[in-house]
Amino acid sequence: MIVGNAKPIEEVLSMIEPFDKLIVAGCNGCVTVCRAGGEKEVQILASALRLAREAQGRPVEIREVTLERQCDPEYVELMRPYVGDYQAVVSIACGAGVQFLAEHFSKTPLLPGINTGFIGVTEKQGEWSERCQACGDCVLHLTGGICPVTRCSKSLFHGPCGGSVEGHCEIDKEVPCGWQLIIDRLKALGRLDLYEKLRPMKSWKTSRDGGPRRIVREDLI
Amino acid sequence: MLVPCTGRVEEILVLKAFESGADGVMVVGCMEGDCHYLVGNIQARRRVARVADILEKIGIGGQRVRMYNLSAGEGVNFAAFANEMTEHVRGLGPSPINVVRKGPKK
Amino acid sequence: MKAGSNLEKVLAAGHFAVTAECGPPRGADPEPMRKKSVHVKDNVDACNVTDNQTSVVRMSSIAGCLHLQAAGVEPLMQMVTRDRNRIALQSDLLGASSLGIHNLLCLSGDHQAFGDDSQAKNVHDIDSIQLLQLAKMLRDDGKFPSGKEVKGPPKFFIGCAANPFADPYEIRVSRLALKVAAGADFIQTQCIYNLEKFERYMQDVRNRGLHEQTAILAGVTPLKSAGMAKFMKKNVAGMDIPDEVIKRIAAVPKEEQAQKGIDMAVEAILRLRQVEGVRGVHIMAIEWERKVPEIAKKSGLLPRPQV
Repeated sequence: MIVGNAKPIEEVLSMIEPFDKLIVAGCNGCVTVCRAGGEKEVQILASALRLAREAQGRPVEIREVTLERQCDPEYVELMRPYVGDYQAVVSIACGAGVQFLAEHFSKTPLLPGINTGFIGVTEKQGEWSERCQACGDCVLHLTGGICPVTRCSKSLFHGPCGGSVEGHCEIDKEVPCGWQLIIDRLKALGRLDLYEKLRPMKSWKTSRDGGPRRIVREDLI
Repeated sequence: MLVPCTGRVEEILVLKAFESGADGVMVVGCMEGDCHYLVGNIQARRRVARVADILEKIGIGGQRVRMYNLSAGEGVNFAAFANEMTEHVRGLGPSPINVVRKGPKK
Repeated sequence: MKAGSNLEKVLAAGHFAVTAECGPPRGADPEPMRKKSVHVKDNVDACNVTDNQTSVVRMSSIAGCLHLQAAGVEPLMQMVTRDRNRIALQSDLLGASSLGIHNLLCLSGDHQAFGDDSQAKNVHDIDSIQLLQLAKMLRDDGKFPSGKEVKGPPKFFIGCAANPFADPYEIRVSRLALKVAAGADFIQTQCIYNLEKFERYMQDVRNRGLHEQTAILAGVTPLKSAGMAKFMKKNVAGMDIPDEVIKRIAAVPKEEQAQKGIDMAVEAILRLRQVEGVRGVHIMAIEWERKVPEIAKKSGLLPRPQV
């Protein structure tokens, strides 16, 4: 899922400073699962903003909505009938959701209420970690199912570097060395032979480096 | 509003109490380790801490919400905690929300 | 000859090679580089110039190399893949060769989290082994990765680093094999304090015949004090300093520890010279370049051969 994290409430308060009639919009997708932008978070953020603004003597009216997904036009369009009645929308969906709302409602300022973190997994309640950089050219079959681009701090294709110590990365003892993970997994699979192969320079064209990307499926159009 | 356990007391419920004009909120759960639903009261403690954090950051004051634990048979303790909370909130004075709602002193 | 550098010639002639390292200054004043060059001139076959080591901004490696060159020292340019994409790397390779820099060490570089600019973007378009392959392609094939012709291929004696002590140990030799397969002409190792472990590593290296396909230069860093040893053990990732080594230097009074460090470095060099497959030594006297002559002399490495 896409994992996000709430922006500090002070930052959201400063964004909404000019407005007194707002929508706080959540998303039932990824950000609900990672507890950053679902219905509950919409309620909490809206309530906190109301309290804060009322205490400042400048009450704010907030409509609370949570779309099924902010990244699909059908759901986004459900806001159209009323969005014009509000001065701004605070979206607590991922960056894609915020932008999609902005694209659809060109006259309404869109304010991001969360910071979008990464494509990742739930390690345990309250802890998520990154797994995929969306480089657009997956090599997981060569690396024991562990991504060198994401899990190695230097995205090395021939790791680990000299900074790998006791399974952790040189940047932080809390960060596992991606290449240690790869080697352990290849060993478990009996495929250490894959380690000793030279990998050509990666083409980053399929990554963000090639410019903003799109996927077009003619068969679905 | 009836809840079976403090584990069902979500953050929004506490925040709504403040929006409704509460100067303080006490959340009273069972003794830790004695939750009929295993960890309801532990979850409540975490949520209370989150609400306190939010209230502090938005200028309402994190001290206005507190979690207490006691067993169902401790009526005397409950009264003591309630009195303590009342004194505590009285010491903090009215919530900034109520100050604003009351308007400037005449 | 692949590049015709002095280092390449010394190794080709079968001599035990000596390299050292000079870190460029944190400023635009060339004087510190000139001062350091005095200590290495005539005492080494080539001298590494680091590339923003520990991710701290310094004078560029190419410029540092030129200052050494002007002082009569053959430079060995370090190049990390942390800060430049393949376009910039290739461009700098062409530029460096055009300026007469003909030794190259390919590295990935310390992560920028260590330096003053931890907010910097982390490039790593290619890794050190891919840089090595790239430099070799430019040199040997005279071609860019696109297949287009290089008009005047750069000439480099190409090496990379190896850390025999980093984890996981089991792939350390495999990783060296990857570097050899990628075309490493020489290898400079991380500082060696755990000689027993290094000797075991070299046994594994010899078992695969890698020592015959590349010239391994063993890394030695003199300890200035017991405090430095403890600091490095604790803070430098992949640094293996046995307690025994720390005990030995800590056993002498503080004012004698620096000398003890030099003596221990000399002792290590003499022992490393006996290890089959070690073709030279890389003396990394960090911000202590003035000790290079003494270490080289006491290790019987002077005078350097004229080839």
